[in-house]
Amino acid sequence: MAYSDKVIDHYSNPKNVGTLDKGSKSVGTGLVGAPECGDVMRLQIQVDEATGVITDAKFKTFGCGSAIASSSLATEWLKGKTIDEAVKIDNMDLVEELNLPPVKIHCSVLAEDAIKAAINDFRVKNGLAELVFEQSHV
Amino acid sequence: MLKLPIYLDHNATTPMDPRVLEAMIPYFVENFGNAASRNHSFGWQAEEAVDYAREQVAQLIGADAKEIIFTSGATEGDNLGIKGVYEMYASKGNHIITCTTEHKAVLDTCKHLEKLGAEVTYLDVQPDGLIDLKQLEAAMKPTTILVAIMYANNEIGVIQPVKEIATIAKKHGALFFTDAVQAVGKIPVDVIADGIDIMAFTAHKMYGPKGVGALYVRRKNPRVKVTAQLDGGGHERGMRSGTLNVPGIVGFGKACELARLEMAADTERISKLRDKLENALKQIDESYVNGNTAHRLPHVSNISFKYVEGEGLMMGFNKDIALSSGSACTSASLEPSYVLKALGLGDDLAHSSLRFGLGRYTTEEQIDYTIKAVTDTVLKLREMSPLWEMFKEGIDIDSIQWAHH
Repeated sequence: MAYSDKVIDHYSNPKNVGTLDKGSKSVGTGLVGAPECGDVMRLQIQVDEATGVITDAKFKTFGCGSAIASSSLATEWLKGKTIDEAVKIDNMDLVEELNLPPVKIHCSVLAEDAIKAAINDFRVKNGLAELVFEQSHV
Repeated sequence: MLKLPIYLDHNATTPMDPRVLEAMIPYFVENFGNAASRNHSFGWQAEEAVDYAREQVAQLIGADAKEIIFTSGATEGDNLGIKGVYEMYASKGNHIITCTTEHKAVLDTCKHLEKLGAEVTYLDVQPDGLIDLKQLEAAMKPTTILVAIMYANNEIGVIQPVKEIATIAKKHGALFFTDAVQAVGKIPVDVIADGIDIMAFTAHKMYGPKGVGALYVRRKNPRVKVTAQLDGGGHERGMRSGTLNVPGIVGFGKACELARLEMAADTERISKLRDKLENALKQIDESYVNGNTAHRLPHVSNISFKYVEGEGLMMGFNKDIALSSGSACTSASLEPSYVLKALGLGDDLAHSSLRFGLGRYTTEEQIDYTIKAVTDTVLKLREMSPLWEMFKEGIDIDSIQWAHH
């Protein structure tokens, strides 16, 4: 199966690989997936507490090229968005942008889950209730 | 000079040797006869070519030409060998012993027979991939008609103790079948010395054409028969009907002859390259060679690079290097290699594995290039891997509650 040019580009030049201080109150961390399943994604957001704007986003991913590309693209989309806007990122948007084939849709689901987990981590750290999400498209 | 792309997937298939193609060419247009046409020169010519190839194939494995049944490949050979024995020897018993690391063509054939009333024992393998002979001995029953254990494994290259297995089977009055697809043409296989009763193998794994294989069926001590699985003209001593694939068989014969004459030199050269590759990749932190390395095919190396996922790893160089991974990121089940799991490897290590299969045309320049490409990609992806970061921080990854999806 051939990869799309966008997947290859994100895989070859991943954006925002790295680590934020997970102890900081302004950082939300989402760690999703499992090593046994062949994908683990860690996505982190740095949030401006006054405005709710995501000022920085970082990821590290263990997985196939599509998983790496999904998380790389997700971090790009997160930067500059408010938390409320970020919550609305849908996995199918990632699928469309990256041209993922059906067998790779789970990679985009994982990225969406990682975004939501990072946002909830940030909310809990700041005394807010966790958001409850519907199941994403699989 | 470095030739790209580099093919290191010789356990999947091999390129055809140009000398094989040359031998085949006259049998498409010019000598197109049906080997079963007994009454004219076209048929005689084809039959003569098939007889010659049968000798070439038999000679490679120490068999008599009459013991070679041509098939369409090893999947057919596995089906015919196992199902054919099950039907032919039904009055003697219904028990078959095989092992968990067999090829699907053997495992699924056994599962099919279970539905028809067979009792099948699937032996576990040891962490090095070899079966435990004591377990085999203990599994033998008065109703055991067949022991089906592969000669060498397609994923890790481990060579089973075939002679010992044959001895145990014989002692208990069972026949011994072996899927020798990965072994024939690569290492010396001698059906007499090894005590093999039935053996499936194929041309395209040994520089021959696709779509042709053979089943060795012993004719003496004991005389073995298998029930045909295809009804028709009664070709191949009644065991395999169907017009013979004359050009394919001619090519198979030539490939066997070349393997017999060149195996020793090929093995020496290829195993040195394999060792060079493996020793260099073992230098990478947290890399593990899978399977027994003392009893192994000379051209195979299966290595897990912990904390990096195999498919993601291959993407780093798959424009230039073709190989396989035990990761099954693309499969619907997301299940990694069942062979590696049978060795007791965790799913994470199975997902992190690459299989390197070298061949007749692999060069040292290609191996040097591969060493660098794989090493660079592993290091790059580890910088991107949350698991590698946790490992470096001393976090026990097994202690984390992962959300399985």
